[in-house]
Amino acid sequence: MTTGAFAAQGADLELVGIQKRFPGFTAIEHLDLKIPAGSFFALLGPSGCGKTTTLRLVAGLEEPTAGRILIGGKDITGQKPYQRPVNTVFQSYALFPHMTVLENVAFGLRRRRIDEPVAKAHEALRLVELDHLAARKPQQLSGGQQQRVALARAIVNRPALLLLDEPLGALDLKLRRQMQLELKTIQEEVGLTFLHVTHDQEEAMTMADTVAVMNKGRIEQMGAPEELYELPKTAFVANFLGQSNLFTGPVIGSTSDAIAVAVAGQRIVVPAARAHRHAGEVTIGIRPEKLSLHLSAPADDPARNSMGPGRVIDVSFSGVSTQYLINVPRVGTLIVFAQNMAFGPVAGEGGEVWVSWDIKHGFGLEDEPGDLPKFDADTTTRSIAAQRRASLITELEEV
Amino acid sequence: MRISLGRWLLPVYAVLALLFLMVPIVYTFIFSFNDSQKSNITWRGFTLDKWLNVCNVQNGAVCEAFGNSLIIGAVATVAATALGTMIAIAIVRYRFRFRSGVSLLLFLPMATPEVVLGAGLAAQFLSVGVPKDMVTIILAHTMFCISFVVVTVKARVASLDPALEEAGRDLYGSPGQVFLRITFPLLLPGILAAALLSFALSFDDFIITNFNSGAVTTFPKYIYISASRGIPAEANVVASAVFILALVIVVSAQLSAAARAKRLAKSG
Repeated sequence: MTTGAFAAQGADLELVGIQKRFPGFTAIEHLDLKIPAGSFFALLGPSGCGKTTTLRLVAGLEEPTAGRILIGGKDITGQKPYQRPVNTVFQSYALFPHMTVLENVAFGLRRRRIDEPVAKAHEALRLVELDHLAARKPQQLSGGQQQRVALARAIVNRPALLLLDEPLGALDLKLRRQMQLELKTIQEEVGLTFLHVTHDQEEAMTMADTVAVMNKGRIEQMGAPEELYELPKTAFVANFLGQSNLFTGPVIGSTSDAIAVAVAGQRIVVPAARAHRHAGEVTIGIRPEKLSLHLSAPADDPARNSMGPGRVIDVSFSGVSTQYLINVPRVGTLIVFAQNMAFGPVAGEGGEVWVSWDIKHGFGLEDEPGDLPKFDADTTTRSIAAQRRASLITELEEV
Repeated sequence: MRISLGRWLLPVYAVLALLFLMVPIVYTFIFSFNDSQKSNITWRGFTLDKWLNVCNVQNGAVCEAFGNSLIIGAVATVAATALGTMIAIAIVRYRFRFRSGVSLLLFLPMATPEVVLGAGLAAQFLSVGVPKDMVTIILAHTMFCISFVVVTVKARVASLDPALEEAGRDLYGSPGQVFLRITFPLLLPGILAAALLSFALSFDDFIITNFNSGAVTTFPKYIYISASRGIPAEANVVASAVFILALVIVVSAQLSAAARAKRLAKSG
């Protein structure tokens, strides 16, 4: 791929049995992954989960300990980075500070001896609406502009596969939105295959066709964003992608349609099709926005699960919705997101409330219940700080 | 009274310090115009002869010594800068056996007294049986200049984001192209600084040179030898010329940097 023509369109990427060990730790345990041509694929996970390593393996900047990498059916495992039909938008953008914006964008074209590098570079800059700044040096641009130059520098080569390493991480919220939209538009226009690595679940969900949630060097679950959100397979996915209320208990009855689980003496029904385990101790869950809040015990309804009474221990109002933390004896703390259909919160702090939800909305996890705490609401400041600290430590160790 | 003392103390001190530093230079410059005979100690009247006929005295010994110093400085600088840059990149970018040992050893020539270094080298050349001439001087100078090059360039390499080179490789640059078009231009300010430092160190080194030069005379060695029987005014001419040249280079570099900053600010 050192000289010659552009890739006609995106190609599919296949990772077969990839493993990557660094001295002292294993970044990727065992990874099998197939990304179809033309898709926008997101690898989502906390820092230190192996997602950036995966990206670097595909770019050729790291060599796998075991396994093969195929692009468009061709084995490229042994190829050097400059031989691969892949381009990367680096997290730090990595623009060459001693070249103008135009020369940055033309760099890859010149190396491959493609005709009219300057004209093509201008064209790519027009696509990201920065052609008027072509003569400037990168350090004279704002963060958002630098990011767009990095993007133009990658897509001008028409790679079969475009790798994005948290490229929106350094931008403020409004710029992120604009860039997300721009990336989507560019993908639709040029039809590349995108592999996007991020720790931001919202970014992954709004942009990708398919999201793979990665944890500790493995893919926990993969699928369309809605599917991952509505039907998480593991407690990690249930809590990393949005928030979840999780309960454990034994299965006390099952039909072909549904299973019933005893949670602290209350009977909770989950559709059988949405539960991965149908016997023994199981973990079931419900998303906070699916819960309804009641100020008195709700009437018995076979289509709804109910729980309570509990006590409201915290109310936080955020405009569109209100988040309630409710302590239910022997169950733990529940999170409820209620749309603010009326003015102000429905229930006050210390008030007695019941919750109910449509049995169709519940889900059952694949995890062994013994592996996780009885209830996993990581919403306290202390646990957030602890998580943040752990992730910072892993991040520092990576460096 | 107190206020005026505080206000004047610093400027007065600064001016005095500057004068103290400048006096020998000014003295050297003035006495390059002295119409001296044997020694150049008493003022005997103004003349431009010494400047115009600088190479004619003592069969051109001043100019020969100066030329030797230039050749030794240039060769030692090129060799030390090339080798030192490679060592600096290796030490920062690669993990290899004895890496920390190499770093430590590189500091030794800077920490060792020059007399020890010069005498040690002379003994080595003697025991190996290498005759002392320009080559031994160049070898000695290259050796101690490498340390300074490594230290200077290392700082530059360490501040270079490895992602830039990775981006170059990702954008179809072969290892050679990445070095030539990305690594080298970005290290260039550090490499130039190291080269200037090397040249300056080599040009005015006396102690190590004196041990390893044999019959070859460098400019510092010439001055030292002639000091006992009176330094000719031609030596003052060469010293003044070097000083003025350095001054011109520094000032023009400053001016062009200021002009570039102004231009950047205007376009930005």
